[in-house]
Amino acid sequence: MGAFLRASLKSFALILIILNVSVYGAVLDKHYKAQRKKMLEVIKEDVKETSAYLGFKHLDKNVVNAMDTVLRHKFVPFISRYSAYDNRPLPIGYGQTISQPYIVAIMTNLLELKSSDTVLEIGTGSGYQAAILSKIAKKVYTIEIIEPLGIKAKKRLQELEYDNIDVRIGDGYFGIKDEAPFDAIIVTAAAGHVPPPLIKQLKPGGRMIIPVGSSFFLQNLVLIKKDKNNRLLIKQILPVAFVPLTGSH
Amino acid sequence: MSILLISASALSYELLLIKLFSIIQWHHFAYMIISLALLGYGASGTFISIFRNKILSNFKIFFISCIVLFGFCTILCFVIAQQIHFNVQEIFWDKKSFYILLSYFLLFTLPFFFAASAVGSALSYYKNDISKLYASDMLGAGIGSIVLLFSLFIFYPELVLQIVSSVIFFTTSVAAYELGIKNKKIFLFLFLLFLPFVIPEKFIKPQISEYKSLSQTLQVNGTDIIEQRSSPLGKIDVVQSVKIPFRYAPGLSLYSNTVPKEQLGIFTNGEGMSVITKFPDSIKDLSYFDYLTSAAAYHLGKINSALIIGTGGGGDILQAIYHNTDYIDGVEMNPQIVDLLKGRFSNYSGEIYYRDNISIHISEARGFLKQNSKKYDLIQFAMVDSYGASSAGLYALNENYLYTVEAFKEYMNDLSQNGYLSISRWIKIPPRDSIKLFATAFEALRQNNIADPRKSIILIRNWQTSTLIVKNGIFSQNEIINLKEFCQSRGFDVVYYPGISKDDANKTNILKEAYFFDAVDSIIDSDDDFFKEYKFFVEPSTDDKPYFNHFFKWKTFNEIISLKESGGFGLMEWGYIVLIICLAIALIISFIFIMLPLIMSDKIKKVSDSTSFSKTKIVLYFFALGIAFLFLEIAFMQKFILFLSNPIYSAAIIISSFLIFAGLGSQYSKQMIDKNGHLKSIKIAISCIFFAGIFYLIMLDIIFDHFISFAFIAKVILTIILIAPIAFFMGIPFPAALSRLGKVSPDLIPLAWGVNGYASVISAILATLLAIHFGFTVVTILSIFFYIAAVMIFPNDAQPAAR
Repeated sequence: MGAFLRASLKSFALILIILNVSVYGAVLDKHYKAQRKKMLEVIKEDVKETSAYLGFKHLDKNVVNAMDTVLRHKFVPFISRYSAYDNRPLPIGYGQTISQPYIVAIMTNLLELKSSDTVLEIGTGSGYQAAILSKIAKKVYTIEIIEPLGIKAKKRLQELEYDNIDVRIGDGYFGIKDEAPFDAIIVTAAAGHVPPPLIKQLKPGGRMIIPVGSSFFLQNLVLIKKDKNNRLLIKQILPVAFVPLTGSH
Repeated sequence: MSILLISASALSYELLLIKLFSIIQWHHFAYMIISLALLGYGASGTFISIFRNKILSNFKIFFISCIVLFGFCTILCFVIAQQIHFNVQEIFWDKKSFYILLSYFLLFTLPFFFAASAVGSALSYYKNDISKLYASDMLGAGIGSIVLLFSLFIFYPELVLQIVSSVIFFTTSVAAYELGIKNKKIFLFLFLLFLPFVIPEKFIKPQISEYKSLSQTLQVNGTDIIEQRSSPLGKIDVVQSVKIPFRYAPGLSLYSNTVPKEQLGIFTNGEGMSVITKFPDSIKDLSYFDYLTSAAAYHLGKINSALIIGTGGGGDILQAIYHNTDYIDGVEMNPQIVDLLKGRFSNYSGEIYYRDNISIHISEARGFLKQNSKKYDLIQFAMVDSYGASSAGLYALNENYLYTVEAFKEYMNDLSQNGYLSISRWIKIPPRDSIKLFATAFEALRQNNIADPRKSIILIRNWQTSTLIVKNGIFSQNEIINLKEFCQSRGFDVVYYPGISKDDANKTNILKEAYFFDAVDSIIDSDDDFFKEYKFFVEPSTDDKPYFNHFFKWKTFNEIISLKESGGFGLMEWGYIVLIICLAIALIISFIFIMLPLIMSDKIKKVSDSTSFSKTKIVLYFFALGIAFLFLEIAFMQKFILFLSNPIYSAAIIISSFLIFAGLGSQYSKQMIDKNGHLKSIKIAISCIFFAGIFYLIMLDIIFDHFISFAFIAKVILTIILIAPIAFFMGIPFPAALSRLGKVSPDLIPLAWGVNGYASVISAILATLLAIHFGFTVVTILSIFFYIAAVMIFPNDAQPAAR
């Protein structure tokens, strides 16, 4: 029954979206807000279950706030808006995806951002992750290799008035020398490795996070910490409450 | 002749669709769609059973119509399928994708339904010529598989699709001629021959999924396909990226001071990227090759001679060159990739394949080693699987004979004294590949009676790749010191070396627990509980169960499903799930559609009741036969594939030999029946299959061991000689029983045809499933059991029908 009700509500929401009549605008906003709250509850629950791996029991309040205020439905294609707050990745065109909200939340949390931080993101995609980062950090630089995707993200972020995000289009392998070093870097390892030049652009004490695997089949997260002496510490984090040996339970 | 052409086209079409969908989507998807679409064969039996009288009274029109519709469907279904947007990766996230998948399956059932309806109706109509017709069916299928193989060498798959469709339309005219249709208008069908070629290219050309690596790469500004090749092994695209270099170096150390410069991407079927690296002016620019886990062996001792398995774009060759290896042999199974390096991109790649100290061999690794007497200081396996497919467990169904206990034992024999075997793989968390590889190598060392296998094996990793090194000898303290230094300076972790303590593991790329070390430690301590308790299947892979990429365990299924939205999707091994879904769908559909004609057709009831033929027995007999035939074919196929060691020709030679000799058996069955009667003929044939099966089960490995080093052509002849007798007798039970049915209860022929069709689909899926769990030997034994069961079931106590 619950599933039926949920499906009916979704269908109703979809109809509203398609109609796109302004009178429904307020209703829709309310609907999305409720969806966002629900999404956050799911994420919080998952974080609790996975805390042994993640190294934290709760999301930072800044991360919660960011996840609660960024309008995810504005970052997904129109046709997928009804699923925008489901805890799943969604296609955004060009063979790319917007990551699962739970993964976005824990990656952001693992970066341990402060309000004074400058962040570099390689792989803008829809711009959603950058938007979340921008709610916490001072400045976010993001580079997208696929031009049309980058242009769309830039336009979207401008329209949504994310003024502290600088979207660039091109090669992210060498980061941005002029703006380096960064307090945090988030990168998708497209070339099968983490670009060593990016490591150099990470501040001592900085953190870098790399999701490994595809958006639909995420394998693990790699967290690289650079200590004050420029030594690297790499942590491989399984973002799921799973123990490989039965006996270890 | 028309039956032969229909069957040839149907089999070609089936194999071709697998090729096309492997390009458009992924191989496991192709496998799923096509194996289920073959249920169209069974459905034709159901359809003819229900409408038998109408069909037989208008046989000629029905037969011709089926061929025409088959022709139309071959090409139209493909064109329609290309218009349906589908992301196979979303299927486990989104129910909508599942429905699209279902529509794909229904769509491709159509062509096979029409092809099988033509053959099935002919069997009913010409009930006295069943042996001959079935012989044509089998011979056609055999010829079809060979012709397709050669066509794929000459033409792109989309053009082959047009040709197949055209051949089917040509068959219409042949059929009209054979049926004695005098109306000249029927030859207007000849004009249809050209129809497949007027369809615009954009509808026919495979539109690769936007989620495959090639499509994603081509989204980047300045990328372009500069060379394309196509062969039965797949479609190769060479991509240039002028603005943003590829910089492909999987698992490169974070401490590398150099990074890859100019490269060209090579994609096979739009995936599995490897690169051709532009040979630099200074060898120092290749120093990044020394910062990969695969470089470890070069730091353990001086490598004078190396054998690289799977040379691809030449990366591992460059690594060997960088490390001053005196002599390098390379083995690559795809001749077109070698041709790229020797031909158009020879200059680009620094003519490395023309160097005096480098020899490249087009072969399959184990076949090459069997024929080669050289010993190597290093045998190195390149990372050949793509990361995406590997991480999603999509290779689970692929047999892999490179990483089996038997293979490792062979590799050890080809190492010089103190030589190294080095294999690198992508890392999965929690660990799977690396652990299974370690277990397989360790078992091989044990079976080779190495005094203390623990002293001959090493495993290292970083966060993305792992490298296993097995030594033909014992690792010295010096080697271990070198290994530690190599790992430390590059930020790699040692998982195992002789004498390691837990404190040395999991230090740089830190996991919550030292999963890698714990697993390896349990294997070394012969802790049998480990394999049981580990949530993935990591027991050693063998030639009998060559599913290296199969890690799935049922006991983990519920747990992973419950975790699917909380980051657990990456834990699922989808290849296996696809197989189970296929089997479930096939069983349900088969059950419904086998029962359907039994319930719906009063005629069947009436006739069956008027004789003492039991419908259940008929269903069971033909079901058992369908299962047994493919079980035996699939089980022996894997043995012969290993023997022939030729990735391109092996499968086609074996399949066509089976089908052609079964066809000849069917042809001969009429004489046999005339002489011995139906039941006796079936008993003789199945007795021969039984003895041949048992003989092969015991002797085949011994025969192969003796002839494995012979020339390929000699091995092909031996293969055909060995397959001929058993396949010949396998061709008899089906037509013999069908012709008996033709005499007693002709109304049941379509049912028998349908049941056999359903059984074939189930059999192909079930054989893989059984082989994964129990091995091919069990599949062979079960096949013989099904044959014996069939002969015991066969109903022969009926009187011929009165009418």
